Amino acid sequence: MIELLKKTNIDFMGKKYYAFALSAIILVIGIIAVVQVARGTANLGIDFTGGTAVQIKFEKPFALSEVRKALEDGGLKDVELQDMPVEKKVLIRVKKQEETIGGFSEKIVSVLSQRFADQKLVVESTTEIGPKVGERLRKDALWAIIAATAGLLIYIAFRFQFRFGIGATIATLHDVLAVLALFYVLNREINLVIIAALLAIAGYSLTDTVVVYDRIRENLRMRQRDPVEVVVNQSINEVLSRTIITAMTTLLAALALFFFGGEVIHDFALAIIVGIVVGTFSSIFIASPIVLLWKGKRPFAKR
Amino acid sequence: MKKKILWKLILLGVTLVLAIILFLPNTPAFQYMPEWWKKTMPDRGIVLGLDLQGGLHLEYEVEGEKAVQIQAERYAFSLRDFLSKKEIKADVTTRGSQIIVSPSTSEIMNVIEKDFTVVDLIDSKEKLVYKIKDSEARRIADDAADQALETIRNRIDQFGVAEPTIVRQGENEIVIQLPGVQDPKRAINLIGKTAILEFKLVDDEAPVAAELPQAILPGEEKEIIKQFAEKIPEGDEILFKSTINENTKEVIGKIPFLLKKQAVLTGDLLNDARVSFDSYGLPYVSLELNTAGAKIFEEVTGANIEKRLAIVLDNNVYSAPVIRDRISGGSAMIEGNFTLDEAKDLSIVLKAGALPAPLKMLQNVTVGPSLGEDSIEAGKTAGIIGTIAVVLFMILYYRLSGLIADFALFLNIILLLGAMASLHATLTMPGIAGIILAIGMAVDSNVLMFERMREELRAGKTPAAAVDSGYRKAFWTIFDSHVTTLITAAVLFQFGTGPIKGFAITLSLGVAINLFTALIGTKTVFDVLMSRMRMRSLSI
Repeated sequence: MIELLKKTNIDFMGKKYYAFALSAIILVIGIIAVVQVARGTANLGIDFTGGTAVQIKFEKPFALSEVRKALEDGGLKDVELQDMPVEKKVLIRVKKQEETIGGFSEKIVSVLSQRFADQKLVVESTTEIGPKVGERLRKDALWAIIAATAGLLIYIAFRFQFRFGIGATIATLHDVLAVLALFYVLNREINLVIIAALLAIAGYSLTDTVVVYDRIRENLRMRQRDPVEVVVNQSINEVLSRTIITAMTTLLAALALFFFGGEVIHDFALAIIVGIVVGTFSSIFIASPIVLLWKGKRPFAKR
Repeated sequence: MKKKILWKLILLGVTLVLAIILFLPNTPAFQYMPEWWKKTMPDRGIVLGLDLQGGLHLEYEVEGEKAVQIQAERYAFSLRDFLSKKEIKADVTTRGSQIIVSPSTSEIMNVIEKDFTVVDLIDSKEKLVYKIKDSEARRIADDAADQALETIRNRIDQFGVAEPTIVRQGENEIVIQLPGVQDPKRAINLIGKTAILEFKLVDDEAPVAAELPQAILPGEEKEIIKQFAEKIPEGDEILFKSTINENTKEVIGKIPFLLKKQAVLTGDLLNDARVSFDSYGLPYVSLELNTAGAKIFEEVTGANIEKRLAIVLDNNVYSAPVIRDRISGGSAMIEGNFTLDEAKDLSIVLKAGALPAPLKMLQNVTVGPSLGEDSIEAGKTAGIIGTIAVVLFMILYYRLSGLIADFALFLNIILLLGAMASLHATLTMPGIAGIILAIGMAVDSNVLMFERMREELRAGKTPAAAVDSGYRKAFWTIFDSHVTTLITAAVLFQFGTGPIKGFAITLSLGVAINLFTALIGTKTVFDVLMSRMRMRSLSI
């Protein structure tokens, strides 16, 4: 039998305040990120802001500055460029809030094909999103997060107890905010695909929390005499090897996506990787202490 | 006990075979299957999303207000007719969706109130101002969206796209998905063209006609209209014809025409539109009117010999030939320096009919085929590497039990693909990510059980007892954790669009199938090992 961890006896609950301090910092950044997203000042994808994105593949290597200059000369301002030199591709984005769309991507393509007349440019994708759709997608994403949170809170409260529901919800929101904070700090684009990643992270983090909670519930019922803190600590130690092994296998898959999954999915994989790490952390250091700190009668006490 | 195991084995076998049959159309092996197989077995598996196979995703808003305005003009026209038949002298005009009648007399008011029930009187001080009733306006807008959908469907059918999706969304929006379209610009032009075809007489008799400039530069149209606004006779309008440079296809000039506003004939009386070639081999569109249209055309041409008749499409003049003679038979033509594709597309839109109202583009996502191929390749690579890594890890860590978990994992992947194929689910790039993620999470159920079994073994239980209680105790944990993931997946499905929906589908199917393989698949293998092989120790 190979064992990653021998029988452990770590005092997780004793370290909860260090963990809280760390989480508080992350949460503050996360909340700033949310506010910035709501104000529209964060790096939002055009699916939320409305605008145009064109991805063009060149035949020969090109200088990004030349592309920028060509677009500026063509009267296209406020253009964001993202370089993919290995694949000889460039992603051109223009965020704007205009009533009508159409024609903008054509202009970009025609300006560039004139400047780079010596080679064939392939338009790999164009996306034009009007402000109305952007607004709808933004609203949908917000509703998705609210609905998911409410659904999960109700389910956990029903299957466990209310304080567990609160603990799981806070831990899950913590993880979502942590990933959002990272994307904000790294100035990575927050778009629809990232929202999907955030909800996938919420699912993963919750699975992890449920596993720990399940053991806490089982042990609380069995050991009515032991203090709650001891039971919680012991439960976490008992499921620790499972927690780490599952995190590892999921990480293996996410890492494969990150390194080999291609440009479209790169940031998605990054979000998942970070999400797995904080998800594991939060079920031990956030979800469990909240149950412990909750004032009231002992959970799952025999009548 | 043994009978139960047999049933489970049969269940596993059947689902596995079913899944393979369902997924077969997505593999190259399908081509080599015998004819009878191709005919009777499912031939349509997982559908690739637009992001993977390339294509167009378009969203339009049907401008219902415009449809109401057009309807208001029609009402005004019939009201004019109605009043003149009753020999009531009145002036009927429209402003937006309002119909304005002057003078304001109680006689006119009573007549309208009695016979035109679709309008509400909103002002009667100097003139009678009518507005189309709200319920009526809503019905018109709704009909316009339905009709636009039908027209677009006709146009796309004739354009020829495999498996297009054209649906209404919300109150007045239309979502169009065209997979694998090679020339997106052409498709967009085809869909977006309002295609209102009108024949209007040129008013050369009005004195102002001679004052109009011969030609102007593109962009100066509004100035000209403003300049002549006061001089244009009642019931006339200025429209323009574009002059095109034959080599660059650029618009180099505009020619103004003074036309009678009232069309003598419109495109709804068209029977057919075809591409034909003139003596120089240049394409034009020949029109064939239906019987009613042909009759009107004959009358109009007969009554207006030596006058000019303009052919107007979406308020652009295409030509204005002089009528030399009464034309019977009902055929006409539109020329305009077309390329072959342009002529073809024009004939398509004319045949399919005009849109009831203009469309406003809300969203346009175009993916070229090469990007999709790259994404599929990358997805495959990541999937294979991720699977190998997880499989190896499980064998190294849990030995024989790890192998059993890997078996469950493969079962999982095959069943997932089979389930997706049976639903004809759309696989998108985030969907592929969902599958790969599911692979990582799929072993979680087994890890939970194995860790429980290890605990039971440590507590001194026999292997068989350890397996049983390991399963029993892990069950509710697995159940709870799967349900929570299903909740998020359901939410994603509800609120997600396109690619995100694809992710939600793979994630939720993956979770459900995972529950099945973990509880039936792995357990059965353990049962077989325990009962048949009488295993004394557990390799875990």
